[in-house]
Amino acid sequence: MNTMFRVALVSVLVLSVAACTKKTKPVEQPPEPTPAPVVDTAPATDGKYTPADLDTDSCLRQRVVYFDFDQDVLKPEFAAIVSCHSKYLRDRPSARITLEGNADERGTREYNMGLGERRGNAVSSAMQANGGSAGQLGVVSYGEERPMCTDSSESCWGQNRRVEIVYTAK
Amino acid sequence: MIRILLLLAVVLLPLRGLQAQTLEIDPIRGSAAALPIAVVPFDYLGVQVAPDTDVAAVVRADLNRSGSFRTLAERDLVERPLRQSDVNFGTWRLLKQDYLLVGRILDDPSGGYRTEFELFDVAKQERLLGLALNGRPGNMRDIAHQVADQVYEKILGVRGAFWTRMAYVTAVGRGRDMTYSLMIADADGYNPQTVVRSREPLLSPAWSPDGRRLAYVSFERGASSIYLQDLATGAREVLSSFKGINGAPAFSPDGTKLTLALSRTGNPEIYVMDLGSRALTQLTSHWSIDTEPVFSVDGRSILFTSDRGGKPQIYEVPLGGGEAQRVTFNGQYNARASLEPGGRVAMAQGAGNVYRIAVLDRGHGNGGEVRLISPGNLDESPSFAPNGSMILYAARENQRGVLYVVSSDARVRQRLVLADGDVREPAWSPFRPR
Repeated sequence: MNTMFRVALVSVLVLSVAACTKKTKPVEQPPEPTPAPVVDTAPATDGKYTPADLDTDSCLRQRVVYFDFDQDVLKPEFAAIVSCHSKYLRDRPSARITLEGNADERGTREYNMGLGERRGNAVSSAMQANGGSAGQLGVVSYGEERPMCTDSSESCWGQNRRVEIVYTAK
Repeated sequence: MIRILLLLAVVLLPLRGLQAQTLEIDPIRGSAAALPIAVVPFDYLGVQVAPDTDVAAVVRADLNRSGSFRTLAERDLVERPLRQSDVNFGTWRLLKQDYLLVGRILDDPSGGYRTEFELFDVAKQERLLGLALNGRPGNMRDIAHQVADQVYEKILGVRGAFWTRMAYVTAVGRGRDMTYSLMIADADGYNPQTVVRSREPLLSPAWSPDGRRLAYVSFERGASSIYLQDLATGAREVLSSFKGINGAPAFSPDGTKLTLALSRTGNPEIYVMDLGSRALTQLTSHWSIDTEPVFSVDGRSILFTSDRGGKPQIYEVPLGGGEAQRVTFNGQYNARASLEPGGRVAMAQGAGNVYRIAVLDRGHGNGGEVRLISPGNLDESPSFAPNGSMILYAARENQRGVLYVVSSDARVRQRLVLADGDVREPAWSPFRPR
């Protein structure tokens, strides 16, 4: 049922893309003398993200999700980030993301490797629930091996408990 | 700028870069309960160039670090005998010494030096040992550690572990801009050498029981893989590179198997790899994080870390499979077990934000007796000496990682600080063949 729906959705999307291209292609006229091109921060007119949006869209530019101590539960304040990157994956089936899971320095290194993976998996699941496909998402845990900050303080630990969203194909 | 120079040195002069990583050693305190021993300087009596190593000083440092001995300060050596015929036992009895070690260094006819030494029981006025060791000019520290091992074994009846090595990891930089080095050095921190260097994380070094190979985790392929490297030749191979985590390798006591943690099924589980056939056996199957496996002393079971009960604790599972039994009941967080021949378990024990090294003696019933042996805030990665007398561990001080050696009775502690960067994950080598 769910798969059927998804297949239907995908075919609708494909059709609409085809329709779009068909429609827009004939409209390719010599460009009007417009003012200097402005960076378009909004999604393209068809509502789909393009690779340029990765650098300009205020949501897509956010690539880090932070976690609480010893937790892999996605906090509500990061739902928007997960959602826009999921939409990007839906809009661009060739896009690929590696989710790099990280932990703070407390606890042992190999256990933290497991914790970083859990966090990466939590973001991956959320992105799949929002329409990203499993084949577009990979998870690598770096445990506590790549700290952003090396103070032994809560503010620093908070910066290190993170998943980084890394595009390996746009 | 300094970093650029350092990188250049790394690229252009790997051997120089290697020597720049010397450890400074910083003794913390001695122990009043230890056995008093006088170690007289080993004079050079040959006619060639004198050795560059003060053998007696190295022996003294070894014996003090063990926590079992307290050596007489060099300035208090009122007499300096070189052989039995020079010894006045009354002098050493007055100085309240239980033992006396004397020695001399001669030229070896085949080149190098011949180190002769004699150990005495002061009260009994009796010679306990009289031995000679031959050494090359470049390895007189090795000779000194072997002398200390002989003294330790003769007096305590336990094989000494001074002539051993350690592996450890250093890291310089932050975030994505880091350089990791897997190093080996003598157990006292001298003679550091680079085994492998990478821009991607290196961790979890583990010695083969013959001391010839290291297994470790490297991210150089973009994700974790387990490598096996021969220390003499540098030749290495990938043992495990599955999807997900490839972590925490540890050898079986007979060296034929490796235990490891793999998350190829979705979350980390404990496996055993037969090193001959490379066949894998999965020992745990649980949604929790199961990792940091080590073989029991008899090789028949695996101790590992699992958070199946909520927080990480140590569990034990038979090699033949079966239900895992919880081993640790004291403390909120117990992880990364290291075993010694007597079966005691060293581990990182956490309470709130404080992590310390604890030693569990399982032979006491009621979950065993647990003793905290380190005073830091973020102490981890304990590794027993092969004779169980001392423990190496990693600590954090002033935003960097340092190593400590502590006697397993916690009486004596010594810091080993790397001059540059962050030092972590010490792994004590097995005994060296003598």
